[in-house]
Amino acid sequence: MGLFILRRFGIMILTALCLTFIVFWLTNLYPKLEVLAKTQGNFRMSDEAVTTFLDNRGYTQALPIKYGQWLGVLPGYVIEGSDGETRARCELRGPPSDINPPLSRYCGIIQGNWGFSTVAKVEVSDVLPTRLANTGKLMFWVMLVMIPGALTIGVLAGMREGSKMDRSLSTVSIVSTATPEYVSGVILIALFATPLFGMQFFKGSAASAVDDANFNNFFLPVITIALYGMGYIARMTRASMTEVMTAQFVRTARLKGVSFRNIVMKHALRNALIAPFTVIMLQVPWLLNGVVIVETLFTYQGFGWELVRAASNNDIEMLLGISVISVFVVLMTQLISDIGYVFLNPRIRIS
Amino acid sequence: MDALTWTGSFGSTLIPALAIAVGFFLAGIILQLIMTTFATEVKLQSNADGTLKARSGPLGQLEKLNSQIFLLILLLLAAIIVVSWFMPYGKAGILGEISKRFLPVWTALIVTFVFSIMFKRKLGLYGKLFDSTVGMIGYALVMFWVFTAIFVGLFDMIATHDPLQQVSGLKIKEPGTAVPDGQDAEFFPHYLLGGDNLARDIFSRVVHGSIIVMIIAPLATVFAFMLGITLGLPAGYYGGKLDTILSFVANLILAFPVILLFFLLVTPELIDLGVPNYMAAVLFIFPLVFFAVLINSRYYTQPSKNTLHLALILLPLIYVYAAGISEQDTVLYFLPASFDAFTLPREILVVFVSVVFVNSPTVFRIVRGLALDIKTRDYVAAAQTRGERPWYIMLWEILPNARGPLIVDFCLRIGYTTILLGTLGFFGLGLASESPDWGSTINAGRKLLLFATHLALPPAIALLSLVLGLNLLADGLREESLKD
Repeated sequence: MGLFILRRFGIMILTALCLTFIVFWLTNLYPKLEVLAKTQGNFRMSDEAVTTFLDNRGYTQALPIKYGQWLGVLPGYVIEGSDGETRARCELRGPPSDINPPLSRYCGIIQGNWGFSTVAKVEVSDVLPTRLANTGKLMFWVMLVMIPGALTIGVLAGMREGSKMDRSLSTVSIVSTATPEYVSGVILIALFATPLFGMQFFKGSAASAVDDANFNNFFLPVITIALYGMGYIARMTRASMTEVMTAQFVRTARLKGVSFRNIVMKHALRNALIAPFTVIMLQVPWLLNGVVIVETLFTYQGFGWELVRAASNNDIEMLLGISVISVFVVLMTQLISDIGYVFLNPRIRIS
Repeated sequence: MDALTWTGSFGSTLIPALAIAVGFFLAGIILQLIMTTFATEVKLQSNADGTLKARSGPLGQLEKLNSQIFLLILLLLAAIIVVSWFMPYGKAGILGEISKRFLPVWTALIVTFVFSIMFKRKLGLYGKLFDSTVGMIGYALVMFWVFTAIFVGLFDMIATHDPLQQVSGLKIKEPGTAVPDGQDAEFFPHYLLGGDNLARDIFSRVVHGSIIVMIIAPLATVFAFMLGITLGLPAGYYGGKLDTILSFVANLILAFPVILLFFLLVTPELIDLGVPNYMAAVLFIFPLVFFAVLINSRYYTQPSKNTLHLALILLPLIYVYAAGISEQDTVLYFLPASFDAFTLPREILVVFVSVVFVNSPTVFRIVRGLALDIKTRDYVAAAQTRGERPWYIMLWEILPNARGPLIVDFCLRIGYTTILLGTLGFFGLGLASESPDWGSTINAGRKLLLFATHLALPPAIALLSLVLGLNLLADGLREESLKD
């Protein structure tokens, strides 16, 4: 078991390094840096001015070296610029403190230096925690709505395979998986946030939910994300439930005369809920997509909203920070689902 | 011209009747659900001649009644379509006029269904689809959009206006607004679903948007399948180092949040550098490899036949490949212009490439899993004992036996690709902002959503109906293929 976790962990780190390197490469392409120089300096810069601007700030170093510096395994650059000013990567933007001794040699993500957002003009590490907290709040409510709803639908449908209940609930879950967030969001806003059908119960924007989330401004974004994920988890639960309901021990219980209600509640349910656990965990990366769409649609200033802003403005270090976090979340959920599956299911032992 | 109302003169007769029927139908379904939890289940029983007995009891009665109501709904819908066709212009309301515009689609749908049901016993899996109601509904929805795309794209029939034409005075106007006087005489006199924020006709944009989806989504899915099959089969069959490396790369792409990948790939700077062209050059070669290996492994022992077949299939494909990736003013430009039969617009190419790129790892994983499962079967062992070569076993023994799950996944994946295309449009990535595809139209409409819902709703509903149709179709196919 220990070796298994260790091996998974090694693969995880390798994946994370590859992914961040790809993001690093794609954000540091020369045309993108040129745009960056022009937005930072001025828009009528000549080509030479752009080159010296980038040279002075260490952007034109070789890609692996830049990546190493960003990661914190290579010492940060110290460049004496052509304008006479000396710039260093590890130069402090704020006043020096005990924690950050001035001009430490290494300052990458490993040392806790997430970099500086060139668009918002703040440290990335100042912005991301608040954004993440906002998204965490959203996700908490999504999970609270989605998981019980999906499990109930799945169990009710899988209880009696092929019954009316099964067929109607399966159709409902197909409809929900076929509705991407940007469609259900638009339809829900049209139904419940505009006077079109006389049902203006909620607000169409969740901008105010950042500080003060209530039923009125938070319900629509939560339900929009939950609906898309719900159908998939419900179908997986249904499949697992129908499998358990045809198992030998359920037949034995039935032959012994246990009532249907007791069979479902005491015998089937516990065994049927192992598989959905994995599915819920693997659903998290998909929820991440939903979060980006919904936060953009409802202008909720969370992690996804920041991703869109950083990506459309080529805010390099912010984007890198965001991809580190999202890659970490995705890989962690994969790891948890693997380990959790082994723990929950005694029939699986890893040699 | 007066503005149109939603229902026109049907407003007092057929539409309320339809609404009541639908209400009764839904109530019936809910009542049945409640009753099944209390009433004892009535098992289906057969008569002596093999036919099924009708279910008895209140539940059976209700079931019968409900199926009759469902027929009534279908009849009412048909009546609305037929009656509106005979009504003079403007009397049938917006819904009636829209159904009139779709007349070629209705005809094509009816012809397809009549012929398919007539010959369904001879049509294999496709014919079996017509045994399941869910599958038929899904197929109808999908074919509706397929025919719409064909009639709009090839015959210029359904759309009322040009999707880019702006008519002054119709900016963000309600559905059914009349086009002001002083335009051309043969101009369609109304904006059926209103005007958008640039005073273009929303109805025409939605039906034109179906063309883009109908070309890109199935084609991108085919390419993703070619790639997934060509790499997934050897990964599953050989295993070992090859499998480890390929699986690692596939998991790497899957661990990327899709939207982040889109934001990084689909940027003007990257397009100028020619990254999509290089990616296209790599991704588009897999169909060539697939067909080359497919034929070579089959006719390896008959060299003359082998060369003939290879030449017949590969030469046109190589030409299409060359013409497809060689584009003027990009990094890959090697064919002379007179020889280059077609050019893919840059923005379409980048969207296409990124969608294929995102889809293929999942296909790879599915094919690899199927290959791992099937390679333990007896017929594979028999082929190995016969001394067949590995690629013959993979492509002519394993692949045909994996077709069931692959066909089902193909349908689902077209739907998913449609969702991805919509996502790209929703963030304004790739396609030009005036493009009528559904994602871009939703993107334009969502900014005004709280003030004018009719901008974003029609494309949203169109996208929903297509994806829903594909999902229902996949479900029907799965059900019917499992019955074997």
